[in-house]
Amino acid sequence: MGARVWSVSNAIAVRALTKSYRNGKGARIDAVKGIDLEVATGEIFALLGPNGAGKTSTIEILEGYRKRDGGELSVLGEDPARTNLPAWRNRVGIVLQSTKDAADLSVVEILTHFAKYYSHPRDVDEVIAAVGLQEKRNARGEHLSGGQRRRLDVALGIIGNPELLFLDEPTTGFDPEARRSFWDLIRSLRENGTTILMSTHYLDEAEALADRVAVMNHGVIIDCATPEKLGGRDREKVNVRWRENGALHHELTDTPTEFVRVLAARIPGEIPELTMVRPTLEEIYLQMIGGEM
Amino acid sequence: MSDKVKQPGVLAIGFARGILEIKQFMRQRESVVFTLLFPILLLFIFGSVFKDEIAPGVTFSQYFVAGMIASGLVNTGFQQLAITIPMERDDGTLKRLRGTPAPTASYFIGKVILVFVSMIIQVGLLLAFGVALYGISLPTTADKWLTLTWVMFLGITSSTILGIAFSVVPKSGRGASAVVSPIVIILQFFSGVFFVFTQLPTWMQNFAAIFPLKWLTQGVRSVFLPDSFAAQEVAKSWEHGRTALVLTAWLIVGFAIAIKTFRWERR
Repeated sequence: MGARVWSVSNAIAVRALTKSYRNGKGARIDAVKGIDLEVATGEIFALLGPNGAGKTSTIEILEGYRKRDGGELSVLGEDPARTNLPAWRNRVGIVLQSTKDAADLSVVEILTHFAKYYSHPRDVDEVIAAVGLQEKRNARGEHLSGGQRRRLDVALGIIGNPELLFLDEPTTGFDPEARRSFWDLIRSLRENGTTILMSTHYLDEAEALADRVAVMNHGVIIDCATPEKLGGRDREKVNVRWRENGALHHELTDTPTEFVRVLAARIPGEIPELTMVRPTLEEIYLQMIGGEM
Repeated sequence: MSDKVKQPGVLAIGFARGILEIKQFMRQRESVVFTLLFPILLLFIFGSVFKDEIAPGVTFSQYFVAGMIASGLVNTGFQQLAITIPMERDDGTLKRLRGTPAPTASYFIGKVILVFVSMIIQVGLLLAFGVALYGISLPTTADKWLTLTWVMFLGITSSTILGIAFSVVPKSGRGASAVVSPIVIILQFFSGVFFVFTQLPTWMQNFAAIFPLKWLTQGVRSVFLPDSFAAQEVAKSWEHGRTALVLTAWLIVGFAIAIKTFRWERR
């Protein structure tokens, strides 16, 4: 991890955060073991890790849902455990994991209602359009599909015009097309200046959206970098494959450019079936967490 | 960005929540039918079975209507909330609300408004039905209506707050009804809703006197029964002062417990 300077000008700054629980038998479980984390204002930050890694505990402490045991915390310049919570929540949006509330209310009714909680709410119809629920404007919660339901969750998360948005596994259960358009929605939020902290199980999602990712396992952050550099991905050997004299060949190399130059000199014209592949984010991630998923 | 800007107040949000709660309630057909029509059904059953006068000029139906209004307060406030709040905890309503600037008190206010409105409708229907079919006589003096107003007001608020306080007890929405309903049914028997209170064993009367329902039924009886009937009460009087005191005490204790122990998430 890069040694960054502690600063409250970041949207989120966490130092030496710890949290433990007692399990059913009374034994102490250390869920978060002293993590440091910084999320710059305006960036999309993804927190990755297997179930039980401590992601949810960390995020719920940042959201003000849980109290920490130790460490320092600044979220939008305030400590959620000490601040005037309603005033702070006025600036924060939270999209929880799968919900099934408000089944009897329509999309427009529930958004119009939640807008009343905030000092500077966004326009309800504008938010409905932003999440692509125009056609379901008057549909009740119980009649929405899983993906539409999730869009409603996001709409509720952004109705207060938040400076910081928490997204907990936003696209679980989406079909590929719904995920793509959801990603566009998240990108458009960033363009409006919203800082986003998301957790996800999908590595392609983190790669497509996040400016930086952190991988968490067993209560600690193993690495924190841009998706391209996570786990030394940019320095990993490249797998070059090609066909020569009728047979497929492959070679792992640190110097792919030089290697292909040599190939090109040896083979006349186009090199048949040439590919060069760096490990995917998923492969790197699985290596980092030791194959557990 | 918005540090200096005034946020919507507790009451404004509480009122908006009340409207929303009523809208949601009205759309749940089963609970509307149960809450609003069940008392009428009970009046129909008891009115058909017991046709005697329990005192000169006082039919059992007249006595029973008072008990039904009082136990309606407990059903609509305490029972309904102690069951639906654990459901709201299960389905994420409460957790979502907790993540917004809406104050806890606004949520409580919304519940009081919901109970208030459904109680007005319920009592209106019950009285209309009772007057039309069982010759129930309505109070004729302003004094009696005033008594009904304060008994209802104290009954609605304390019953609502106690329902919120008790909502921590059921572990899940699915099991809530099994925990809450027996308590209410036993209290109804002990408090003189289904039987004439003074005909119950003394230990039952004493036990019931700890809880609000006995005082609510007695308070509503003082509105619907002739003043001469007061002599037949346990204390030979309507005991308005003590009724107000007991209900207020439960309201304060309930509020302290609700604020202290309210759970937004499942254990």
